[in-house]
Amino acid sequence: MSSIPFLVMWVAAMTSAAGENPAAKLYDGVTDLTPACRIDELVFADLKRLDIQPANVCSDAVFVRRVYLDVLGTLPTAQEAREFLSEKAANKRSVLIDRLLERKEYADYWAMKWSDLLRVKAEFPINLWPNAAQAYYRWIQTSLKENTPYDRFARQLLTSNGSNFRVGQVNFYRATQNKTPEGIAQSVALTFMGTRGAGWPKERWAGMAAFFSQISFRSTGEWKEEIVSFDPSPAKAAGPENAQAAPAFPDGTAAKVIQGEDPRIVFADWLTSERNPWFSRCIANRVWFWLLGRGIVHEPDDFRDDNPPANPELLDYLAKELSGAKYDLKHLMRLILNSKTYQLSAISRSDKPEAAAHFARYPLRRLEAEVLIDALNQITGTTEQYSSSVPEPFTYVPEGMRSISLPDGSITSPFLEMFGRPPRDTGLASERSNRPTADQRLHLLNSSHIQRKIENSPKLLAIFQPAAGSGPSFGKLPKNKAPRGAKARAELTAQESQRPLEAVKELYLTVLSRFPTDEELKKVAEYSKAAPSKREAVVDLAWALVNSAEFQYRH
Amino acid sequence: MTIRNEPGARNILDGRWSRRTALCGGAATGLGLLMNNRVQVFGQSKAAAAPPSSKAKSVIQIWLWGGACHIDTFDPKPDAGQDYTGPLKSPIATNVSGVKISELLPELAKHADKYSLIRSMTHGNNGHETASYLVQTARQPGDGSVYPSVGAVVSLFRGYGAGYEGLIPPYIVLTKPQGRFSEAGFLGFKFKPFATGGDPAQSRFVVEGVVAEGISEERQKNRRDLLESLNALEQAMPNDPELGAMEQCNKQAYDLILGDAGKVFDLNQEKDNLREKYGRNTFGQSCLLARRLVEKGVPYTTINYSGWDTHKGHFQTMQRKLPELDKGLATLLEDLSQRGLLESTIIWCCGEFGRTPRVQWEAPWNGGRGHYGNVFSVLVAGGGFRGGQVVGSSTQRGEEVQDRPVHPVDLVGTFYELLGIDSQSKLPHPQGQSVTVLTSPGAEEKTGGKLKEIT
Repeated sequence: MSSIPFLVMWVAAMTSAAGENPAAKLYDGVTDLTPACRIDELVFADLKRLDIQPANVCSDAVFVRRVYLDVLGTLPTAQEAREFLSEKAANKRSVLIDRLLERKEYADYWAMKWSDLLRVKAEFPINLWPNAAQAYYRWIQTSLKENTPYDRFARQLLTSNGSNFRVGQVNFYRATQNKTPEGIAQSVALTFMGTRGAGWPKERWAGMAAFFSQISFRSTGEWKEEIVSFDPSPAKAAGPENAQAAPAFPDGTAAKVIQGEDPRIVFADWLTSERNPWFSRCIANRVWFWLLGRGIVHEPDDFRDDNPPANPELLDYLAKELSGAKYDLKHLMRLILNSKTYQLSAISRSDKPEAAAHFARYPLRRLEAEVLIDALNQITGTTEQYSSSVPEPFTYVPEGMRSISLPDGSITSPFLEMFGRPPRDTGLASERSNRPTADQRLHLLNSSHIQRKIENSPKLLAIFQPAAGSGPSFGKLPKNKAPRGAKARAELTAQESQRPLEAVKELYLTVLSRFPTDEELKKVAEYSKAAPSKREAVVDLAWALVNSAEFQYRH
Repeated sequence: MTIRNEPGARNILDGRWSRRTALCGGAATGLGLLMNNRVQVFGQSKAAAAPPSSKAKSVIQIWLWGGACHIDTFDPKPDAGQDYTGPLKSPIATNVSGVKISELLPELAKHADKYSLIRSMTHGNNGHETASYLVQTARQPGDGSVYPSVGAVVSLFRGYGAGYEGLIPPYIVLTKPQGRFSEAGFLGFKFKPFATGGDPAQSRFVVEGVVAEGISEERQKNRRDLLESLNALEQAMPNDPELGAMEQCNKQAYDLILGDAGKVFDLNQEKDNLREKYGRNTFGQSCLLARRLVEKGVPYTTINYSGWDTHKGHFQTMQRKLPELDKGLATLLEDLSQRGLLESTIIWCCGEFGRTPRVQWEAPWNGGRGHYGNVFSVLVAGGGFRGGQVVGSSTQRGEEVQDRPVHPVDLVGTFYELLGIDSQSKLPHPQGQSVTVLTSPGAEEKTGGKLKEIT
């Protein structure tokens, strides 16, 4: 192979990745945008048509951090980041993707997202009650852990019968403010069809509501227990709410429900059938939205004729892939995560306003409330204490439980509220807000909550003041450890002079999942020289890094 | 559409920057223009709604979390017998003839001319969360939308972008959020109250984020410089609107950290004897702080005063808490009045419901009172409310409304009227639904009418 094309490519890479902006080289990787998969073909062709220049592919350091956050809602540890960065294998990104999809945190993080949509909340206005919220959450989390095919997941939510304390998924019907058949139909449409039904004619709602008019909610002897089940008695079916509307699917086709048959099952058959235009597209779009920060139909729960997908071929492709893979959500995620489209840098190379809607770069997003506090805890080695305000039954939240694993939306904290955790009132994706506000900044910059985490951090202590002689340190060697021979002394002095450097590198890896640049090391050294004490310098450095945009944002 | 995520497109601490952000965001995302339109449209509806002047400028809400017993506070029933009064059977006269209140409220008895008592408040709900929602939003739950509380509505119509320009957030809660109740409803988290945290009764009141302990101003400045020099991402993306928005938030935060505005929280600036008079406890000092916030023009302050959910040990708790409430609230009324601020400050004091009139002497309660939403009492003062009046009454044993029922919509509607907020103004709704502050006239809503008799 001639070296000239290689050289040209290399020069091109240097000029576009680093030449335009020296800071970009930390974040940008290769510039080769040859499609790696069908997703890339569809996205890049779309961008080309619109004359939008996509971003470069992101660097390894950006990738490792991004994929941990997106798949696990968890920051990579310094060790995990270092291992990935030093790994030489060409396929290391896809190997990491496979590994992360099998980690325990996967189920926790995605259960959090699903619990937002499915409104897992003990109290007002959902009022599931603590034990029911726990049962509901356990079912969701287990389904994700077992990677239950999505069509079965939906089906179980829609057709189960039993106690709200024991058959967790029956709480789907309880977790809606409006438990009339129409109210339930709206929840179902929002959750599984991604539509708010704006502009639906009344008859369509009535036809859909008829499938949910034979659900009974019966109390038992146990306080707050409720049996949710199909009620075959025809009186209920002809309830006054519907004025005898016959069940009809939202696509206009009539439904055949045999006397005594649970109409919810008939509806679920229709919903999850491959011919249904809504079902697989809605979920494929949600997964895309979750990973890329923006739906192909945006917002992801606003499918309607006058809000078309930005890239219809892409949405169709993803939906077909998913149904073809028997609704294996991990299959879809794997496809997306391995695409260059997902792996684009956040640094835009186009200022066209349509760039964002067509996925020309990875969009910056502030870390979600739960992910942010978990990351802060991980960095500092500290924990949060949560408790339920409902005295009976008392909900025990173990010390050190991660915030992404909180089962119940009613168990919360001022931090989570301040950083936009959704109230889980409606199941709308827009309930969650990741926008920055000044009071969030006040809290991170200057609250005792964060300051204490940093000052009392066992993790930082271990990085900067490990057991004498065993690692990096800002401090001096204890006298009794003074080395004897001149050679040994010289060696140790050399090591010693490297220690602060190593510690700062470790801190960068811990917080930002990357090594510091020489320039950054210089700035840090200057600051620590001027600081009244090493301890203060260390605390301030950690404080600065966790307050940086690079830490606060997915990028 | 992104705009739908951001009702009002404003920031809790300051709306001023958001327009700038919207503008700079517009260049890169194309959404700025929309956001700006939204702000303008919204501004117009407000301008049309606000009358030229209103009596009330600020609100202090004293929230008795858990529900205080009407019979043991503002609606005593000495003739109902021991099973209803418990040991509190000798109510005392106030400085308004004919009006008696609990014997554990002697200071408030001296100031009855400054407040009015509503003894016929009702909504009929006995669940904490739902009742909290009913009283503070005046909306029936269950239509799919969660409406904002009075504080969030006032923050929307009297906060940033609506005349308020202070650095202190327009909606403050002392000291912890209510929890179990989403104050901002669908207005979104930007209209949530700023919770101070800390304890104003401590020698140093550490307001989370505003007052940091043990960090000198010099160090604040040095580390801000450090933070700004370690900004690799910003350097790589110099014109990113998202990062620009965060930078604006940083600037605002530093205005508060390094500037003088935060001194409002320094209660050491108050004379010792006044602090004593308010009561050296969290509630008393919160009342003092609320007065200081009103002086700074903060439109809405909630004192979230918990501990009233007295299923057991009710009367022991009353012996402890009512004197606290008495001193704090009476001193607040007197202090505001002396400073000429009472006429522009609405004070309202109640919980989500009352408590069961009949004492539950049996086990496991052993002298407790349960939740009771059929009838309870509210104290209102200032901001255009007349003092020395009693509105409505409850039956002989305080079990039902006897006359002139007052529903949440009547109470809250009167607040809005005094504040000059048109209760038929549109609220920004995340799904674009057309909704108003309170239900439209003629809607199926129980109402006894606004509190015209005391305004």
